[in-house]
Amino acid sequence: MHAGTEQHRIVITGVGLAAPNASNLPEFRTKLLEGRSEIRMIELRYMQPSPAGVCTFDETKYRRKRENKRGTRAGCIGVYCANEALIDAGIDFSGYDRARTGVYIGLTEHGTVETENEVYNISQYGYNIDYWTHHHNPRTVLNNPAGEITMNLGITGPHYSVGAACAAGNAALIQGVQMFRLGEVDLAMCGGISECVGSFGIFASFRAQGALAEHHDPARASRPFDAARNGIVISEGGCVFILERLDRALARGAKIYGEITGYAMNSDARDFVLPYGERQAQCMELALRRAGLAPGQVTIINTHATGTRQGDVEECRAIRQVFGESVPPWINNTKSNIGHAMGAAGVLELAGNLPSFVDNMVHPTINLDQPDPECALAGLVVDAPKQLDRVDVILNNSFGMVGINSVVIVERYAHDRRQAS
Amino acid sequence: MTRNEIKNVILEIIEDIDEEADFDSLEADKPLRDQLDLDSMDFLDIVMELRKRYKLQIPEEEYPELSTLNSCVNYLEPKLKDF
Repeated sequence: MHAGTEQHRIVITGVGLAAPNASNLPEFRTKLLEGRSEIRMIELRYMQPSPAGVCTFDETKYRRKRENKRGTRAGCIGVYCANEALIDAGIDFSGYDRARTGVYIGLTEHGTVETENEVYNISQYGYNIDYWTHHHNPRTVLNNPAGEITMNLGITGPHYSVGAACAAGNAALIQGVQMFRLGEVDLAMCGGISECVGSFGIFASFRAQGALAEHHDPARASRPFDAARNGIVISEGGCVFILERLDRALARGAKIYGEITGYAMNSDARDFVLPYGERQAQCMELALRRAGLAPGQVTIINTHATGTRQGDVEECRAIRQVFGESVPPWINNTKSNIGHAMGAAGVLELAGNLPSFVDNMVHPTINLDQPDPECALAGLVVDAPKQLDRVDVILNNSFGMVGINSVVIVERYAHDRRQAS
Repeated sequence: MTRNEIKNVILEIIEDIDEEADFDSLEADKPLRDQLDLDSMDFLDIVMELRKRYKLQIPEEEYPELSTLNSCVNYLEPKLKDF
């Protein structure tokens, strides 16, 4: 991906997010550096109380209550994040054409919440489908969250969702970069969204699989790499990045968070749920190769690890295979703090690490009381943030069910570094 | 239900759809959709809510009977007389 010209260099210039502990990036960064988790117990239809991450944000800041009622929770989160990202980027569309703007949103799933709610609704009327809502189809089409963003912002360029299990956030970022390189868009809004804390079925399925976290203290429930980890903490959330061509960003004097210099996606081709470290390693190696980086040049790896027995072990094995035992890279895990935001996980976790290019800190992994020897990682940052002299490269892992792997590499923006390559 | 109660039910349902709906200048003989920010999906919400509250099955060919506030009351009055 050594695209030498500024037209082919893609940078991140805006971030909008809703996380279980924050509704903007500065707040999110502060909570991550402080290791403050706001995971709490929630009650869900048919389920025992479970630890989960629920977002609190101003839901009517950019859209009226009636639109939130008509649309979906994912759409509500998406509209908030997209507007926040545009404001953060300083884009009012005076310099960009809405018809040349693409909206690409990664989703693990969509429609489960709406379908469950509607089945429950008709159960109150003897399962008479005369009571099934006419809103069901527009709410559950897979482009729904991205489409709600375009309706809210009057964007007439392409929009669609990228379905990639829990690799979806990264996949949407990659889609955006590829659309720039094909010349399809001048501006891209890329991110991921999850509304899954509204679905008992998602909780129940992880529980049936033995992969739903349990802990008397919900803030301690998400504990990747810990010997006592017992599963996933499910969270909702969203994050939208503004992507621009470097030349356009420079021309308008935009703040540049970082440059996407490498990415890769591949497939395990093996199992419905079990991850596969060997293929994850290949995915990281491909992304590094495309970025033209040696493993030792990576400053921070944000791990995907979700707190499941095998998933964490496989990823640690893959990291050791690619990076050896040397430090850097420094390694952290954002899910320990915010839980697993599914389709939003990859982008939220990347967003949480992006400020490292400014503060040169690595936010810590929390809830790691007794490290699992099989999850040993030399550069793992635990409990307290690590101050470095300089952070140049962030590698973001995001993997998902049915064997899908994604890696995105973001580098500190340096004007002349890639022009020469 | 009295005509006035039926009118209030309709306005209550509309307010539930759009809490910012402005009823102050609403003319009872003019189409609701011309005066309020309602579209076809909102209209179906009204039909659904009447079904849920009163088990009223309104056939599609009779939807035009619900176009104005007064026509709603006229149409619903015999159907809701026992409520």
